[in-house]
Amino acid sequence: MVNLLIEVLGKLGRSTLLTLQRMGDANILGFSAMAMLVQPPWQGRHIVQQVYALGVGSLVIIAITGAFTGMVLALQGYYMLAKFGSESLLGSAIALSIIRELGPVLGAFMMIGRAGSSITAEIGIMRVTEQLDALQMMAVNPKARIIMPRIIATVIALPLLIALFDVVGLAAGYVIGVDLLGVNSGAFIAEMVTKVRMEDLNIGWIKTIVFGLLIGIICTWYGYRAEPTTEGVARATTQAVVLSSVSVLIFDYILTSFFL
Amino acid sequence: MIKVQNLSRRFGEFLAVAPTDLHIHKQKTTVIMGGSGSGKTTLLRLLSGLEQASTGHIWFDNDSDLTCMAARHLYALRLRMGMVFQYSALLNSLNVYENVSFPLHEHTNLDESLIRTMVTMKLEQVGMRGFEHLMPSELSGGMAKRVAFARALITDPELVFFDEPTSGLDPIAAAVVTRLIQQLTVKTKMTSVVVTHDVAAGLAIADWVILLWQGRVIAEGTAEHIANSSDARVQQFIQGKPDGPIPFSRSDTPYLETLMQVDSHG
Repeated sequence: MVNLLIEVLGKLGRSTLLTLQRMGDANILGFSAMAMLVQPPWQGRHIVQQVYALGVGSLVIIAITGAFTGMVLALQGYYMLAKFGSESLLGSAIALSIIRELGPVLGAFMMIGRAGSSITAEIGIMRVTEQLDALQMMAVNPKARIIMPRIIATVIALPLLIALFDVVGLAAGYVIGVDLLGVNSGAFIAEMVTKVRMEDLNIGWIKTIVFGLLIGIICTWYGYRAEPTTEGVARATTQAVVLSSVSVLIFDYILTSFFL
Repeated sequence: MIKVQNLSRRFGEFLAVAPTDLHIHKQKTTVIMGGSGSGKTTLLRLLSGLEQASTGHIWFDNDSDLTCMAARHLYALRLRMGMVFQYSALLNSLNVYENVSFPLHEHTNLDESLIRTMVTMKLEQVGMRGFEHLMPSELSGGMAKRVAFARALITDPELVFFDEPTSGLDPIAAAVVTRLIQQLTVKTKMTSVVVTHDVAAGLAIADWVILLWQGRVIAEGTAEHIANSSDARVQQFIQGKPDGPIPFSRSDTPYLETLMQVDSHG
């Protein structure tokens, strides 16, 4: 019995140490790569390329997700508010939900699925095919050339994509609430303008920047440290998506509780 | 040019390279030979700084130790190096021209027309002129290897590492590549470190041969010295004999014992 307990505690200790070691390694890789932003050779062109690849490539999926989120919120919100005769609050309910919570979280999930997984897979394949080693042998630091532009690009692209998510979501909520469900247009807009403060927008921005950083660091780290086999890259991609999603939810809770 | 002292590399319990002392002579071709899994590629990666040594030192030009060098110094040193990888390692988002010109675009401010001329010359040397627009996915293994060769040589490095330069090449291309290594070493005073298990090509181009077995140097010397070695392991390797002191199987467990274990475990 005592032996079993020692064995269980030993396994728990080892896995905790391993997790802490990985977290430390990911942070060291991520932040040391980002430090190269201010060192020559400048990687501006590669950052712009990555913002384009990650951002423009995710535009459609973000717009679709935003639209349907706004539409569902309008239907559900109207159903709930109608019970209390407060349909006029629909505009503010949709706006606050999307700007403070759903926009950043769902947008981050879409970014993880669309761009995060491709970042991990791309870097992992570069590891398998020795392209990262080849860069090093050509005196090009992969942290500066591959890792840093992708992290910075996620930090830049995610807030912009979520701004789009918010706008499309609000517009879709307006169409469903006002045109389909018959909520008064003036009340919808007025409630939205009155109830949504600059502080709410700022919370949304801060969340998107933090989520972008998380996605960038986690997805690049998993790719960079992927076992150099096809199975290793597949596993790294799955783990990157899962861990990024869970991290977004955890940090969403932390940030929400901090700002409330 | 490179002096190695007590260099070893261990992966967990597995000793890939046992503590080793050796010299890579300047402006000479050093060929590292050995069977599969003998530690040749690991040794090459250690020498190029791609792999972290478990013990020992690698002195470059007698004054810089690669094993404890700051990253920026290592990158500065790599401007003087080139490497041809076993599986080419071309950047697959770039075409042939962009791959070969990559080091020039990264580290020089040369005019694009001059870069184009230099790339054309290198591609001509490896017989790949006219394929500039192709992507790596459109190349055969041998063609990719030749492009990698051109890329490694585009900056005229002082030291070039070749990992299995002739594997995957047809006999003519292999002969061209072998001759190119010889010519460049003589004409441009380049130092070459070649890892191969192609005995004929290795002995043909080598000024110095290092023979590895199970991560240990079992013989070194000139090609002639190695060819005439009385060591049975050396003779078995260079003559490609199936039987001899170097066993085909790498397992330490007797075959019968393994079979009995399989049987008892169902």
